[in-house]
Amino acid sequence: MDLVADWFRHLYDTTGINLTIVYDPYDRQRFLSGLGMTIYLSVVSIIISTIIGAIGAWAQGSPARAIRAFVNGFVVLFRNTPPLVQIFFFYFGLGQILPRVENDDGMMVQMISNVQWAIISLSLFAGAYNVEIFRSGIEAVPRTTTEAAEALGYTRLGVYRHVLLPLALRICLPALNNNLVNLLKTTTLAYAIAVPETLYVSKQIWNDSQNVPVMMTVLLIVYTALVGILVYIMNRWERFLSIPGYGQGAAR
Amino acid sequence: MIRDTSAPAAPAHPLPVLLPFRLTAPQRRFPPLRLTLLHALGIVGLGLLIAGGAHAQAGVNQLSAFGVIIKWFPLLMSGFLFNILISVLSMALGTVAGVGLGLASISLSTPLRRIAWGLTQFFRNAPWLVLLFFAMFMIPFEFRIFGVTIPFPDWVKAVIGFALPVMANMSEIVRGAVGSLPSGQWEAAESLAFSRRQTMWMIILPQCLKRMLPPWMNLYTLVTMATVQASIVGVTEMLTLIAQVHAAEGGRPDLLAPLYGFAMLCFFIYCYPIELWTRRLERRFHLHQ
Repeated sequence: MDLVADWFRHLYDTTGINLTIVYDPYDRQRFLSGLGMTIYLSVVSIIISTIIGAIGAWAQGSPARAIRAFVNGFVVLFRNTPPLVQIFFFYFGLGQILPRVENDDGMMVQMISNVQWAIISLSLFAGAYNVEIFRSGIEAVPRTTTEAAEALGYTRLGVYRHVLLPLALRICLPALNNNLVNLLKTTTLAYAIAVPETLYVSKQIWNDSQNVPVMMTVLLIVYTALVGILVYIMNRWERFLSIPGYGQGAAR
Repeated sequence: MIRDTSAPAAPAHPLPVLLPFRLTAPQRRFPPLRLTLLHALGIVGLGLLIAGGAHAQAGVNQLSAFGVIIKWFPLLMSGFLFNILISVLSMALGTVAGVGLGLASISLSTPLRRIAWGLTQFFRNAPWLVLLFFAMFMIPFEFRIFGVTIPFPDWVKAVIGFALPVMANMSEIVRGAVGSLPSGQWEAAESLAFSRRQTMWMIILPQCLKRMLPPWMNLYTLVTMATVQASIVGVTEMLTLIAQVHAAEGGRPDLLAPLYGFAMLCFFIYCYPIELWTRRLERRFHLHQ
């Protein structure tokens, strides 16, 4: 470890490439915690937004007109307003209206912390897109399949859970994949409400060490790598779920 | 037992094969215009509700949230127009660069294709905000060419910062549209002795325009919604002005929700018709193919 650190110090002395995140323990710790926060935000929002998508798509097929209108309104509203304004609206707007609570140290803090608000708004934002994606998947499942399941005595929820959703999920995975990559990239917006994620800590580091170009390159590489990992996982999952005899699924 | 042989043996429905996946299926239940009005009214109603609640809390000599928005309406609108200006400029810049990159990514020269592919993937996978920071910090604030100093104010750098991801996405749109044309078009053009350049400009690209228009419009709404991120890096646009208006009104916490709600409403009114129009075009082109 010392050898590596020494080599990076040497690199700084000879070339001016100042990678403090490698040789400086404090910066390294900061950067890793930021990376952890980005991964935490992404994973939690991915899970919640997928659940929102699945439930929303189910509610969209509801016989009650009011529920359908509500889901449609949610989708349309969250798709057509800037995600950053949504985050601000939730964190500054609603966060200020909610009552304050006392934390363990006896300080008065907001009931929902900035990390939680970031998760809520990112999940709702991506969830609105997911509803649309799941709905398109459901529409691609033929009506006869649903009718067959109904004839076998499934309830509406049963049809959805056991027949429609498994098929729809497989059909819409490529689109879902795209949206989740987008969600991972949107987590950078949490920077604006001081959530210490990768971009936020990188800015702190480049402010302290004056190594903007180096950290910027690191940042771009880190996000490219994170997106690459997510795409890899989703592709593995897609292959695992593929329906034999449909699309390219049978060939593999 | 008598078997009824007159019943048709063929099923009434086609076999239950999966239908093609279409992300933009037409919405049957609600006509588009009514949806717009309904939701716009809903948002206004929600805003008024919050404003009303805030008004009840406000003292005698304080303006209600609604009053504050009316009072600062011209300023906030000028901020919003600036957002739209940024979006239009970066879209124009990004489209020109993206078409070039997209054409490079289908060129016959392998190194050129590789470079174009690499650039496209790199800028497509980086978050918009990171690219914005990239443009902000990496581009100097002025250029000196032959003794002439060309200043580069922050907002111009922001335009370039937004143009980078637009370029990459546009490149993918061009590549996808060209790839979606049947190869018979190329072969027919070749048999008519068109050169590659002529085939591209006179046969392939005109047909691609129709396919590229809906995703291009979609990209435009994404850029418009991304422009608010410029406030993070210090460009004075709508969100910055909202923070200033909030401070000018004494920093009352109950004002923030209506003010940000108003910003959401502005973007909604601008972006939603574009989305509806995009869907209509997609549906129409889908039918004609």
